[in-house]
Amino acid sequence: MEQFSDFFLQHREAIFIVILSIFLGIEVISHVPAILHTPLMSGANAIHGVVIIGAIIVMGHADTTGSMVLGFLAVVLGTLNVVGGFVVTDRMLEMFKKKK
Amino acid sequence: MTVPTHFPYGITILEITYIVASVLFVIGLKMLSHPLTARKGNILAAFGMGFAIIATILFHRKDGEPIGNIPLILAAIAIGTVIGWVIAKKVRMTAMPQLVSFFNGMGGAAAALISMMEFPHVSPELIARSGMANGHVLAILLGLMIGTVSWSGSMIAFGKLDGRIGDLRVKSMKYVNITILIVLLGFIVYIMTRDVSESRELMPFIYIMFGISVIYGVLFVMPIGGADMPVVISLLNSFTGVAAAMGGFLYNNQVMLTGGILVGSAGTILTILMCRAMNRSLLNVIVGVFGGGGSAAATEAGTIKEITLSDAAILLSYSKKVVIVPGYGLAVAQAQHICHELDKLLDEKGVEVRYAIHPVAGRMPGHMNVLLAEADVPYEQLVESDEINPDLPNTDVLIVIGANDVVNPAAEDDPSSPIFGMPIIKARDARNIIVMKRGMGKGYAAIENMLFYNEKTRMLFGDAKNTLQNLVSEIKNL
Repeated sequence: MEQFSDFFLQHREAIFIVILSIFLGIEVISHVPAILHTPLMSGANAIHGVVIIGAIIVMGHADTTGSMVLGFLAVVLGTLNVVGGFVVTDRMLEMFKKKK
Repeated sequence: MTVPTHFPYGITILEITYIVASVLFVIGLKMLSHPLTARKGNILAAFGMGFAIIATILFHRKDGEPIGNIPLILAAIAIGTVIGWVIAKKVRMTAMPQLVSFFNGMGGAAAALISMMEFPHVSPELIARSGMANGHVLAILLGLMIGTVSWSGSMIAFGKLDGRIGDLRVKSMKYVNITILIVLLGFIVYIMTRDVSESRELMPFIYIMFGISVIYGVLFVMPIGGADMPVVISLLNSFTGVAAAMGGFLYNNQVMLTGGILVGSAGTILTILMCRAMNRSLLNVIVGVFGGGGSAAATEAGTIKEITLSDAAILLSYSKKVVIVPGYGLAVAQAQHICHELDKLLDEKGVEVRYAIHPVAGRMPGHMNVLLAEADVPYEQLVESDEINPDLPNTDVLIVIGANDVVNPAAEDDPSSPIFGMPIIKARDARNIIVMKRGMGKGYAAIENMLFYNEKTRMLFGDAKNTLQNLVSEIKNL
């Protein structure tokens, strides 16, 4: 119980953010027409590429060769997620704008 | 690029940038859910990401230490950008779903790598104070597990959609999966209850946990049928979001937290919406064996009637109303352009042509809209199935091009069918039905389709693109 209480108090801001973000995500997404499911999934996919921030932080403080290699890999993969995700979404959506 | 280390406002600028980025993510996602603003929304979110990345490189401090290895980081970003950009631009529109899955897997892998590297660096003071059972360790372990599952699962989903990997269905599979999941959770408990002074002593367990997570991801996706793949990708997408949020916990980084959780919850809702479009529950998709139990319909099938190209050409030319039902077959054959040519040709002859779009036609919701939009088919010609169904009895000819399950009457007639209850395009209400198909293979759900044996149905066998091409020239020659 004490541990839980410690944990909670220590992370209460993060827990606040998490809970509010959950509601925000639900609100933002509801009432989406089916035709946009794919681009929306793809766009959301690009946004979780935000994990690259973590990769940059790890890499930025890596000191051993091993962690350098892994960090480098993590940054490359994270970038792939971000860039690929946004570009693919844009390519999908580009086709919607051409309506007469 | 060199910033003086004593620059006092760095942290403030960083945190403000993170707030701006989070807001851009939310607005971007909101705009992505309306057709008119979608493209701008995507670009807005991309800008948010760009700001966050640049600000992190410039201003992030860990115990006062700035980000090092900047040339290497920039090199890694450059490599990732070039590869990601080229793949995203070059891949055919039909391969979009697996591409999304691939990029999703990359994010998952990045999250898992971060956890692996952070684990040995849990501060000894923290361990001395509260043992291994603290939020920091939990975030690392969950990030590792969820990120890895998302990565290996996405790779399998990618392989399946790309046709490289088949389905693997064993009855006992779900028990195996549940067991592995329990073992994984057991590992988390085990690691967190160890009494050690330094976390790196437990590294071997981390490697084992990584291995089991890989296996779990593979086994989780393996039994799920191809028709359900979009749902799985969407689910894995939200997994990666959660894994990214774990990184946010770890670094007390708000933008990772908001971005990750936002995708986690939005992805979950999207997954549920997709399930609803197919009238199935999420649990059913994950543990249900879809398409395994072939219904009895095949035995009472009846006969198949073919139609010649010239008959089809005449039938179409003298119709008033034609409805085209596109499916994955159209996508695979890259037949969307020639299909549009057919509809223009008929339009010149005074035939009203519309497309009936089922929400889950193709391999992903909205897949058909994207493809037909690419071929310049006007938006107004695409009609959703609910809207077009009442008008089908007045339709002279309905052409099914490479679609199967979405027009299968078993969804209405046969309570034993796995797709029973799924809303369909009521193709059999039309006066005449022409089905273009490669052969008598079953659809993705592997269920017999009685529509093909309907007395109003005529089959046109062959590759969708060739058949359409021949049909177009036949109509021109009339």
